[in-house]
Amino acid sequence: METKTLQNKQENIGVKMKITGAEAVIRCLLAEGVDVLFGYPGGAIMPVYDELFKFQDKLHHVLTRHEQGAIHAAQGYARVNGKVGVAMATSGPGATNLVTGLADAQIDSTPVVCITGQVARHLLGSDAFQETDIVGISTPVTKWNCQVTMAEDIPAMIAKAFYIARTGRPGPVLVDITKNAQFQEFDFEYKPCTGIRSYKPVPKLNVEKIEAAAALINSAKKPMIVFGQGIILGEAEAELKAFVEKSGIPAAWTILGLSAMDSEHPLNVGMVGMHGNYAPNLLTNECDVLIALGMRFDDRVTGDLSRYAKQAKVVHFEIDPAEIDKNVKTEVAVLGDVKETLAAILPHIEEKTYPDWLKEFETLYQVELKKVIEPELNPEKEGLTMAEVINQINITSEQKAVIVSDVGQHQMFACRYAKFKQSKSNITSGGLGTMGFGLPAAMGAKMGAPDRPVVAIAGDGGYQMTIQELGTIFQTQIPVKIVVLNNEFLGMVRQWQQLFFDKRYASTEMINPDFVKIAEGYHIKAKKISKREELAASVQEMMQHEGAYFLEVMVEKEDNVFPMIPTGASVSECRLS
Amino acid sequence: MENKFYTITIYTENNVGLLNRVSGIFLKRHINIESINASSSEIQDVHKYVIVVHTTEDWVRKIIGQIEKQVEVIRAYYHTDEEIIYQESAIFKIKSDLLFDERQIQNIIKESNSQIVTVSREFFVIAKTGRRHEIEEVHDKLKPYGIMQFVRSGRISVSKETMEISKILQEFQEN
Ligand SMILES: Cc1ncc(C[n+]2csc(CCOP(=O)(O)OP(=O)(O)O)c2C)c(N)n1
Repeated sequence: METKTLQNKQENIGVKMKITGAEAVIRCLLAEGVDVLFGYPGGAIMPVYDELFKFQDKLHHVLTRHEQGAIHAAQGYARVNGKVGVAMATSGPGATNLVTGLADAQIDSTPVVCITGQVARHLLGSDAFQETDIVGISTPVTKWNCQVTMAEDIPAMIAKAFYIARTGRPGPVLVDITKNAQFQEFDFEYKPCTGIRSYKPVPKLNVEKIEAAAALINSAKKPMIVFGQGIILGEAEAELKAFVEKSGIPAAWTILGLSAMDSEHPLNVGMVGMHGNYAPNLLTNECDVLIALGMRFDDRVTGDLSRYAKQAKVVHFEIDPAEIDKNVKTEVAVLGDVKETLAAILPHIEEKTYPDWLKEFETLYQVELKKVIEPELNPEKEGLTMAEVINQINITSEQKAVIVSDVGQHQMFACRYAKFKQSKSNITSGGLGTMGFGLPAAMGAKMGAPDRPVVAIAGDGGYQMTIQELGTIFQTQIPVKIVVLNNEFLGMVRQWQQLFFDKRYASTEMINPDFVKIAEGYHIKAKKISKREELAASVQEMMQHEGAYFLEVMVEKEDNVFPMIPTGASVSECRLS
Repeated sequence: MENKFYTITIYTENNVGLLNRVSGIFLKRHINIESINASSSEIQDVHKYVIVVHTTEDWVRKIIGQIEKQVEVIRAYYHTDEEIIYQESAIFKIKSDLLFDERQIQNIIKESNSQIVTVSREFFVIAKTGRRHEIEEVHDKLKPYGIMQFVRSGRISVSKETMEISKILQEFQEN
């Protein structure tokens, strides 16, 4: 009987009907096309969970083991498939546990909608049980947020939240709903948001700027492209490829731009930034025109700004006007959606090749190959290297896996050595560098791309920051592959201690538990290896295993990631050892 | 680049959390707000913040970018003192007997173009509207006689150029 009436209501989306605020939340999510959300219940959000129970055949709620896990999972989901990720939490501690994920999504422009419960309206401001001012707390780390205290405002606010999260430069949004509003009945009607008068998500395309940019690009002798996540967020991969191929300009990427272009494309010259490739870093300071596509000149990319690409004229393709001239002075700013602007500029671009200029990249690549890459991939030392493991994953997965890395040395090795054919395949916490991101983001990624193999790569440190999500993986049966590269150190910090603090290893050595037993405790198949001979077969076994799989690889304890641009140094001062 | 006073004018939707969001941008960049005023604007349902900062043009430009990026900000502008007409107001509360005992006080009020707002048995209140230095002048002159209470408002200003907010809003309606 109960299900029957619900069924009827279901068919009535868009038609006015009297329902509770809590039910309205669910109906709004369904109307926005949400099929999975990640969350954790508690007092102030219980009415919504009650409705989730009723709608469980329509909306899959994944119970994580921590709210941070929920939001990182929502981020992983959003980044792998481009849809808005949804996380839900209760008031107070539930809401504050989302903050790291919000900050992460804000700085990495990830579309996420968080719904939090809040104490009843009459208790607001009274230090009630589990009351926190989450709107105040989350303001600096959200693209937009709001508090709803009346049921009738729920549909419009959720519609607005989804619209803001996914349009323009995407970002996280939080909607805080008081408990009274969840209980209150009202006439429900859902209208998707199509515009907000004070908000211009995409700047208008300016033809003059396109022409000016084209003229500058066509006149260049040593042009270089650096593309970022804007290409992926704007789904402009095909436009990028066409632009690169027609112009003949070598293209480098930021860590978040990785996978937007085939790793083996002849004009793909690798990663820029602190642990990027030697050639694009050095040649940033040799090029005459620097074409930045959907990237924001993060300090990890530029090194010392006063010595960054000073000789170059910069053309910046960007959706967010606030990024123009924020860090690097531009000659021509092409505002707009990079998919549109790249398509618009293409007819103006002359077909060219730059054989001599490309040779400079090749020469420097050979230097890096000999000094860094070869010794990492085919080491003479006894212990396994992180690069070897990543390379083995490339080989076994035929470059088809989604790689979700945590933060630290293994992350840099993953981004340096993983190879991709398909976009949206590299998921990592770039701007915030959030340890603990990897495992839950991989869960979300697997839910967002169930047909693709998803491999989480974590260090022994970061893995333990959200290790409890093994419980989610077990309960929800998420077939994600987990690789821990165990160096028994907080490796990246240890590297800095070695290089800049005379090897004073303050609090970076880790005494670890038996990770295999922990995984097995969650009924996840697990294995630990430490020998080169075991690597290929173990990765093979992991990738072929049907369900979740945990592989711990003991690696060299004191390896360092190179190349490296030390903080404060210029890109020209990129070190190979 | 030299530090200067810049007056930032922000047209916004009327939103409870927005002032917090906007002031956070200054906080993040460690820029002290010299004065701030929030009020209604010439357009119905559109609010206006007037914020004065002392910084470089480069920084103020970056801040404007980050302010305009906020969903509920319609438009933000910055101006130097030369480009605007601006005023501040101040009120002073002073012991009543002084008004009658000290002739000098009456002169100060007259010469500075201040107004007497109210006079009671214990105190009288005078108001002064003008540029900051004019208010400071009155303040300095009254100080020796003992000021019981003093308060100065944030700067309010209008620009010499047109702001065209209505046009922006209209464009939205048409799209
Ligand atoms: C939440 C958080 N705390 C601290 C840091 C600082 N930090 C950056 S890398 C790193 C070490 C990571 O160690 P591990 O997870 O073992 O990975 P490895 O570097 O050894 O590959 C630390 C502590 C951080 N990025 N995030």
